[in-house]
Amino acid sequence: MSIALGHYLVVAAILFTLGVAGIIVNRKSIIVILMSVELILLAVNINLVAFSAFLGDLTGQIYALFVLTVAAAEAAIGLAILVTYFRNRGTIAVEDINMMKG
Amino acid sequence: MNAVAFFFYFFSAVMIAAAFMVITARNPVHSVLFLILAFVNAAGLFLLLGAEFLAMILVVVYVGAVAVLFLFVVMMLDVDFAELKEGFQRNLPVGATLGGIVLIELALCVGAWSVGGRALTQVTTPAPPGLSNTAALGRVLYTQYMYLFEIAGLVLLVAMIGAIVLTLHHKRGVRRQRIELQNERTAKSAVELKKQPSRAGV
Repeated sequence: MSIALGHYLVVAAILFTLGVAGIIVNRKSIIVILMSVELILLAVNINLVAFSAFLGDLTGQIYALFVLTVAAAEAAIGLAILVTYFRNRGTIAVEDINMMKG
Repeated sequence: MNAVAFFFYFFSAVMIAAAFMVITARNPVHSVLFLILAFVNAAGLFLLLGAEFLAMILVVVYVGAVAVLFLFVVMMLDVDFAELKEGFQRNLPVGATLGGIVLIELALCVGAWSVGGRALTQVTTPAPPGLSNTAALGRVLYTQYMYLFEIAGLVLLVAMIGAIVLTLHHKRGVRRQRIELQNERTAKSAVELKKQPSRAGV
């Protein structure tokens, strides 16, 4: 039994679902939310690389590289905002973040 | 079951279990460690797919940089994590329902979908034969996607500057070196000559 494209798509779909559920379940802890976003981006990357490998097209891997870049930048900025917020307010509970009344 | 299938199922199972633990672990430090495990197994999946360069980049960037960043932040912030976890039980049904809906939708999509007959003929950048994955990627990245590559570098630069600007803060009362003041000093402003009569004491 050989591993086909569908197998990778199913794994990526499960990972994506776990990421989405993680955001909803851990609504208070912004650190876990950021980690769930990383999981979602990883699922996207698995999809891109799987298509790239099975279609013999390198574009998917290039895009996965760019997604990786953006994910790293996003994690750095998100955590920096988190540290600044904690320094100013002494808490990181998401529900308390309503200074801008948005 | 051949070796590829075995490793595929092994990496996938460990990755999904680790991802599940990321979102359910009580201690965020454990969450970060499970995130590292998930990324290492994803790198294994990439290796199985023949994307060696991306597998190594995943290990270097995520396990080496992003995960350590998360660990530092989790450990440096003095947060009561038990308080942050208290809505977990309440949100679990909503999360499970929404996750189930998303999963069913994705399963329907994957189940009904198949590779179109013309997909293989519309390949824009076919992998050149006889080259390793890294060399082939580099050959495409530095020619066809040169501008995108440079913009990606710019994104990282902006992220770096932004993170530094956001987190840098000067404590008051700390005496720092100020080079412009040092350069302004001349012999006239720094040294004062006084006439002191002899045998008069100071």
